[in-house]
Amino acid sequence: MIQQTVNAESLRHKRWVRASHGIITLSFFALVFTGVEMIMVHPRFYWGEVGNDLTPVLFELPVSRNYQHGGWEKSIPFSEATDGPVSAARTYDIFNQNGWGRSLHFLAGWFLLVPGLIYFITGIFTGHFRKHLWPQAKEFSFRLFWNDIINHLRLQIPPATNGPQYGLLQKCSYVMVIFFLMPVIVMTGMTMSPAITAAHPFLLKLFFGAQSARTIHLFTSIVLALFLIVHVIMVIKSGFKKQIRAMTIGK
Amino acid sequence: MKNKKIITRRKAIIAGLTSMGGLFLAGCAKPLPPNYGNILRMGDNLTYVAHRALLPGQSLAKEYNYRDISSFPAVGTINPADSSKPSFSEAYARFQKNAFADWALSIEGSVARPGSLSLADLQKFPSHTHITRHTCEEGWTAIAQWTGVPLSTILQHVGILPGARFINFYAYDGYMDSIDLLDAFHPQTILAYGMNGRDLPIPHGAPVRLRVENQIGYKSMKYLQRIVITDEFVDMGDIGWAWYTGI
Repeated sequence: MIQQTVNAESLRHKRWVRASHGIITLSFFALVFTGVEMIMVHPRFYWGEVGNDLTPVLFELPVSRNYQHGGWEKSIPFSEATDGPVSAARTYDIFNQNGWGRSLHFLAGWFLLVPGLIYFITGIFTGHFRKHLWPQAKEFSFRLFWNDIINHLRLQIPPATNGPQYGLLQKCSYVMVIFFLMPVIVMTGMTMSPAITAAHPFLLKLFFGAQSARTIHLFTSIVLALFLIVHVIMVIKSGFKKQIRAMTIGK
Repeated sequence: MKNKKIITRRKAIIAGLTSMGGLFLAGCAKPLPPNYGNILRMGDNLTYVAHRALLPGQSLAKEYNYRDISSFPAVGTINPADSSKPSFSEAYARFQKNAFADWALSIEGSVARPGSLSLADLQKFPSHTHITRHTCEEGWTAIAQWTGVPLSTILQHVGILPGARFINFYAYDGYMDSIDLLDAFHPQTILAYGMNGRDLPIPHGAPVRLRVENQIGYKSMKYLQRIVITDEFVDMGDIGWAWYTGI
């Protein structure tokens, strides 16, 4: 009887989990908001080290007045070669709010990075990841995984448990976010920094260049935003009030 | 009876975090630009302190091959001799007419031997050439070859005084900005007079521009007029853009 009470108590969300979850959620909103602002300033995306209005584009997003603007003076070549690199000047004022946008993005980045690292280290040393997040060998099979996906698509969601007792698909998606998407988005972000890549040039190799890192950063943020949408739908479907209480006050 | 641990997990975590704080103290000892009570500027200063504490200060930005040189947009001020723009400078227009033969860079402030250097004077110093990636805050990048004289050579030539902490740059298009001594003495920080093997073109900052390869493009000021070495941070007010842009 006593043993059961202890177990039920210990399977609430821990305070450090709730705190880092809350801080990272708020920073994520600020990061997405300023990220969209930065895309609006330069909605073009490239692959490799180099990309600008005078070089070939991978794709361009139809946002802001900077989309496909043709406000460029005649190109001046840097050399006699006819197909060599050129320079040109802009003829119109672009939309640019990066002054506060960049500063807010990097401020919010600190609120992702520091609680994220504390969460990561605590998760390893308390066995939280091993006990609650990593799918156990005996529970993982493709049939079960497939069944879980079908159930979720039918919106047959198990009710909230108030603690870290997760389903198979849930565990897999959390592991994906924590061990893959978050590290990738942080590291591709850092690959766009001139000071950090000077100190750690392996980042440029890892992500195929500064512009590739920017493109991967965009796609990773889209996957994270999709995860957030599904995550919120699941919270609502499994008992909104109960889940919100569990993730904030821990009861 | 439970074993009493001398080092508990909680104590280990607290000790770890506290010692990380010690790393940042080293950064705090440096003079910081004012934050104007603005939370964004506090964040900028945190990034600055963290970069100075955690990154090796003199690591070189990646250098590229000649064939990697790319097209390069000219943005911001593209000609201070254009009288229709607010960045117009009559003095600059005169220099431009004369192919910058009587242009000179004035160097003053906390230095032993203040003076001014003409373009020919600058070109007499041993030159430094590198091919690097320019990262614009807007999100684009471009690769170019830059030729010039290392800023450290000039600072040693004029003899900066022991109290000096910031190098301030004034430009003909009306801009002013500053860098700290770590970036000023970085081997790739140069006063560039050549781009892609030719004289620096006017849209890219002729006759001489700064190149700070470890920061975002807007720190590399064009159309240099004056360099002032100061002991204190020169406060230009909160212009809405980060002062340190290593990120």
